[in-house]
Amino acid sequence: MSIFDIVISGLSWISIVSGSIFLIIGATGIIRFPDFWSRLHAAAIVDSAGAGLLLFGMALQAGLTFVTVKLVLIGVFLLITGPTATHAVANAAFVSGSRPLGDKSGKPVVPADVIDPPLPPEMPTNLSEDLTSKT
Amino acid sequence: MFEVAVLSLFITMVLVLFRLIAGPTLYDRVLAVNTFGTCTVLFIGASGFLFERPEFLDIALIYALINFVGTLAILKFFRYRALGDQPNIKDNRENAQ
Repeated sequence: MSIFDIVISGLSWISIVSGSIFLIIGATGIIRFPDFWSRLHAAAIVDSAGAGLLLFGMALQAGLTFVTVKLVLIGVFLLITGPTATHAVANAAFVSGSRPLGDKSGKPVVPADVIDPPLPPEMPTNLSEDLTSKT
Repeated sequence: MFEVAVLSLFITMVLVLFRLIAGPTLYDRVLAVNTFGTCTVLFIGASGFLFERPEFLDIALIYALINFVGTLAILKFFRYRALGDQPNIKDNRENAQ
């Protein structure tokens, strides 16, 4: 066993164990945080640090094979879809009227004039107006 | 070492499941489902390494695709109350007023 193998194996160990620690930290945050907007941050830890480190450790274990290509594909895909899905959830919650809790003094974080934001131009709203004006 | 990864993924999934059941709003539950799906992708990949069957990674890739589309479909359904085009859809706030 050469020194190169030992270094690769150690790096993979460190990546997988620290990724597991990040996963449990994120899950604890999802359980313990007080409102939805702070739970988004904890979910982002699971999506970025946990998944990235675990996939990196697995890729180091697999070596330069086709398995690594698949792992990189999964990583790139999670990197694209994770923030997109989180943004979609946050935008839906914001439009539905959910707001972050204030700080300890009870002052809201979001100013009062942002409470009712203008909707982004979206397809079904315009479609419904067109169809209802005809009938 | 993959035992460590699989065990911690299992613990994470159980904890996220508590939030999924107890979540006070719909969006907490959607967020928990999304995180649970990410953990499932990693779990399938890690157990593929653990049982030395790397073909599991194909299943993990497909599961990542399905998870993303499913999250967006849930959000779209609860925003517009339909998945396709419907003539009489108004925004949620207009319905509430």
